[in-house]
Amino acid sequence: MDKISVLLVDDEEDLVFTLAERLVYRGYDAEGVLSGAEAIARAEEREFDVIVIDVKMPGMNGIEVMKRIKEKHPNTRVMLITGHGSIKEGEDGVAEGAVDYLQKPVKLEDLIKKIRLAVGISDEERDE
Amino acid sequence: MKHFIDFFHKHSGVRDAPGDHPEESKFRYRRLRKYSILLTVLVSLTPLIIMTFINSHQYQKALRAEMTYPISRQTSNTRRSLEAFTAERRSALNLIIKEKSFEDLLDHENLTFTLRHLKESFGGFVDLGLIDAQGQQRSYVGPYDLEGKIYTDQDWFHEVQLKGVYVSDVFKGYRGFPHFVIAVMHEGSDRSFYILRATIDSDVLYHKILSQSMSPSTDAFLVNRSGILQTPSRFHGDILKKCALPIPPYSAKSEVLEEVDLDGKPYVLGYAYIENSPFILMEVIQPQFFMRSWLSVRNNLLFFLGISIVLILIVIIWGSYYMVGRIREADLKRVKALHQIEYTNKMASIGRLAAGVAHEINNPLAIIYENAGMLTDMITYGDNIPKQDKFLKHIKSIISSVDRCSAVTHRLLGFAKRMDPHIEQIEPEGLIKEVLGFLGKEALHRNIVVNVHAAEDLPAIQSDRGQLQQVFLNIINNAFAAIENSGQIDIAIEERGHDRLAVMITDNGKGIPKEELERIFEPFFTTKKEYGTGLGLSITYGIIKKLGGDIFVKSKVGVGTTFTVILPFQVSESGE
Repeated sequence: MDKISVLLVDDEEDLVFTLAERLVYRGYDAEGVLSGAEAIARAEEREFDVIVIDVKMPGMNGIEVMKRIKEKHPNTRVMLITGHGSIKEGEDGVAEGAVDYLQKPVKLEDLIKKIRLAVGISDEERDE
Repeated sequence: MKHFIDFFHKHSGVRDAPGDHPEESKFRYRRLRKYSILLTVLVSLTPLIIMTFINSHQYQKALRAEMTYPISRQTSNTRRSLEAFTAERRSALNLIIKEKSFEDLLDHENLTFTLRHLKESFGGFVDLGLIDAQGQQRSYVGPYDLEGKIYTDQDWFHEVQLKGVYVSDVFKGYRGFPHFVIAVMHEGSDRSFYILRATIDSDVLYHKILSQSMSPSTDAFLVNRSGILQTPSRFHGDILKKCALPIPPYSAKSEVLEEVDLDGKPYVLGYAYIENSPFILMEVIQPQFFMRSWLSVRNNLLFFLGISIVLILIVIIWGSYYMVGRIREADLKRVKALHQIEYTNKMASIGRLAAGVAHEINNPLAIIYENAGMLTDMITYGDNIPKQDKFLKHIKSIISSVDRCSAVTHRLLGFAKRMDPHIEQIEPEGLIKEVLGFLGKEALHRNIVVNVHAAEDLPAIQSDRGQLQQVFLNIINNAFAAIENSGQIDIAIEERGHDRLAVMITDNGKGIPKEELERIFEPFFTTKKEYGTGLGLSITYGIIKKLGGDIFVKSKVGVGTTFTVILPFQVSESGE
């Protein structure tokens, strides 16, 4: 089976690239970008299994970015990262089409679990 | 009532009193009380006193009328009797002098016969004498030896010639009996004249007429125009002595006067000038009597007034104290409410600040965490580094420190969330353990053992997690404060009835004295003098009541304290 491809979108440079590198160590095809605009451009260039977007970013916010990507790639699974305790924000995101949400601070183990779950669920859907 | 209070607020400046300097505000309430008492006393007592005064005046007037009417009637009656008495005797003498000739009267036997008739018919006659135009008593019958006496140089002899009749003042005769004289003149056709002179016993006046008109409270007597008493008097001097009362002015009718005697006591005088005589009739109601009757009325009035004033004052003073007390209580309550709002606002600000700080710190913490993870990954997934184990040990230390920081920021965020009421499902035991998490370090340092005993199968309750955290944090904090060095806190959680939860927090600290126990939930009541706000337990109480629960405290000095918090499984809509 192909490696699962993951795009991480967050304005924290130190966080997003480190996380991506750690995913790579664990066998994921992962990369990071620093803004919504970059993410949209990258999604144009290639397809990702999962895109993980921070809701709170300067410029375009996470939900807006998700909507723009979903317009062209409706099958891409998008996961949102919200602030601590902002459950409502996450739930709104799910209503808008996100597969799941994570609360900050994101721990690698949780992220991997959710990515697997997201892909797994979609695999099952594909089987149907 | 509200307007009344507003009025006083405006006029005494109490409205802005709360929160000011306590001494000054105390003074303000005292002033408010003073104004309230003064004003009420003024409006209630003034009409009462005026009414009493008018009443007393009217009463006095009525009493006087009641006294002057009978005296005026009595005076007229006595005057008529007196005038009739002298007129009768004068007419009798006139008749005799006209009927009988000089010679008839000169006859001693004849004159004796006439005197006897007069005594029998009229009474009071003592003697009878015939005086010729030369002033010599030519014939006399009576107890004295007056025959041949010359009256030429006496005033009455000339007056009788002028007026034809004469009534004398009372005088004492030879044996000391009081008498007065009536003389009538007969003028013949040849201008010759003679006089018939009779002496009348003036005691008859007193006994037959004046004493009849006296009641125990009055005095009746005669004076002449120089103020000499003509009859005995009960209270105003002896006969033929100067009367103690002044002579009233002349009047043709009977009169009544209200006067004041030499001692300043009032009396009522009825008087009449008796016609064709020197006498003035005086009827006096004794000042004592007049005063006694009036004093009794006045005393009754004053007694009633006094009792009324005392009762009114008691009611007014009590009322003012009560009302100002109520106003003060209401003001204090308002101040306390303001303080509580202020406190809540302060807590909200701290909450927002804490949340902001926590958010800002969370991001760099995540970065540190991931980068430390990255370093671990680098060793785990490939590159060999010298002293690998030591390296991993240090990274582990970084990660555990980040975990500790995260725990702090989570608590801060949790605290911030507590500001907004939010009903959620809560595991009671979990909640207590969460709260104890805040105090774990202190318990360890102070050697305090905390035991939690939760009953089996406790249901989850619906309530506000943040506010309950605050409640239990407050109570457990107090338990910590009560324990001096080492001690034990037992927390028991159990069902109470079928729809309530009871949490009992028992410490074995110093305990709370009975008098403090009663006030423990009052705002601003504190025993931690320097650093306590006195709000902790009052806020706790407020929150529990708001959540539909209840709180009790039991304590024994030297043994310990138990707080029992009762919470409903579900917060009712109205309770929130």
